[in-house]
Amino acid sequence: MIELDNVAYSYSGAALFSGLSLQLAPGSFHFLTGPSGSGKTTFLKLCYGALRATEGRVSVFDTDVADMDRDAVAFARRRIGVVHQDCQFLDHLPLAENVALPLTVTGQASVDQVDNLRELLTWVGLTAKADALPPELSGGERQRAALARALILSPDVILADEPTGNVDWEMSQRLLRLLVELNKMGKTVMIATHDLMLIRAAKSLVPARILRIAGGTLQSAGADL
Amino acid sequence: MLLARFKGLITRDAGADRVVPPAGFTVRLTLFTAAAMAFLTVFALALSLAAGRLASTWGEELARASTIRISAPEGQLAAQTATVLRVLEQTPGIDSARALTTDEQRALLEPWFGPDLPLESLPMPQIVEVQEAKGGYDADGLRLRLQAEAPGAVLDEHNRWRRPLVAAAGRLRLLGWVAIGLIGAATGAMVTLAAHAALAANAQVIAVLRLVGATDGYIAGAFVRRFTLRTLTGAAVGTFAGLIVLLLMPSAGDTGGILTGLRFGGLQWLWPLLVPLSAAAVAFVATELAARRVLGELA
Ligand SMILES: Nc1ncnc2c1ncn2[C@@H]1O[C@H](COP(=O)(O)OP(=O)(O)O)[C@@H](O)[C@H]1O
Ligand SMILES: [Mg+2]
Repeated sequence: MIELDNVAYSYSGAALFSGLSLQLAPGSFHFLTGPSGSGKTTFLKLCYGALRATEGRVSVFDTDVADMDRDAVAFARRRIGVVHQDCQFLDHLPLAENVALPLTVTGQASVDQVDNLRELLTWVGLTAKADALPPELSGGERQRAALARALILSPDVILADEPTGNVDWEMSQRLLRLLVELNKMGKTVMIATHDLMLIRAAKSLVPARILRIAGGTLQSAGADL
Repeated sequence: MLLARFKGLITRDAGADRVVPPAGFTVRLTLFTAAAMAFLTVFALALSLAAGRLASTWGEELARASTIRISAPEGQLAAQTATVLRVLEQTPGIDSARALTTDEQRALLEPWFGPDLPLESLPMPQIVEVQEAKGGYDADGLRLRLQAEAPGAVLDEHNRWRRPLVAAAGRLRLLGWVAIGLIGAATGAMVTLAAHAALAANAQVIAVLRLVGATDGYIAGAFVRRFTLRTLTGAAVGTFAGLIVLLLMPSAGDTGGILTGLRFGGLQWLWPLLVPLSAAAVAFVATELAARRVLGELA
């Protein structure tokens, strides 16, 4: 699905990380952890083509990101559900329309999708907030809405950046179970989080691979958790 | 691809319309400027067309500019007419000359004296119509010769004074078109600035749309649609207002010159319809180009 080969990235100047290699096989479940500022968000951005590797090769669905034009990146995004860390929405549209936005921009918005949308909103517990504008939502509600939006196109890959950062424990368990369920349906999932409790909770649900990014390198960190 | 965008523009794509935040300051500014520009264009257009009309009617009159009026005692009239025609034949720069028939003269006088004028009993001068060639003729020379050979003949160049006016009218028409061109360019520049500002101000909207898989074409289309429709609306309002003002201008019928002739004649009323459409086309292209540039910069 997504493959990184000896990738380095630097934001103007010093390298943030280098020599990263990883394969996200179809149906795999990954956690990406590491201290704040270690580059988890940057790593995910490389995976969905928002950033281009300074060195090395990133390929998404067997295409080198370096060879993709902006339209190709846009089409790849439709197969990758991204939960952005800062959960940006179109603030002038109600939550339900924001969640349905991927359908709108891909020209798939239709009445047949209403049930799909309602089901998703129920899953993330936002049915009551469907008509609220994003600025009226709490941080946790925004995160759940962002997850629902990432899922509405039924993507092959789900990349979630701190999806449980602002929600309570119970809700984070619920979101985790949703992601695990999607993974059982065959979707490739990668969650960046510094929440070790969440990772521990996941261990009993899914055979996840745990990666740790620190000091500019990526390590497998299964055993010490 | 541009054609597909244009189709999206006219078939109502409610989704694309909604993803751009509702009318901001720039869009209202576009509405106002488009209206003002269209208002001005209507006048420039009316000026151009009126000047063109004036130039061509005056020009036609110039083409058969001169007449020679021969007043002579009954017995000499025919002889002097023959002399005048012979002189004219020999004058370089004269295309043709023709003595008007009695009926034609009667028709000329009818508006002033009515149809029942007993021409036969009046001492009527004979009118000779002179059609000059392209380069014109030497009027003073002709006048001198006529004086010598046909003392009753008077060369009347009553339309000659219009010659510089025809040139001026032609210039005025050109000026009108230049003004329309400038207004169009200014509209394009204004829409470019407004669209650029709107796109830059909506960087976050663009980021969100990209995150969920929107192509540049889709994003640009949403903005293009917004600006094109606003410009079309504004220009339609401005054109309508301009037409109302033109209609309210006092009419002086056929005798009017450039001032009172500032209106459209006949099918020319269709011209103003082009104003909103051209403004929309300008906005369409300007926004499309601005969007491509900004989306490239935001990549
Ligand atoms: N747009 C940017 N320009 C420059 N530096 C950045 C930018 N984004 C992130 N960084 C820096 O890169 C490092 C990694 O950031 P990030 O990937 O967000 O880490 P994490 O998600 O693990 O907290 C941080 O030190 C951050 O300051
Ligand atoms: Mg981060």
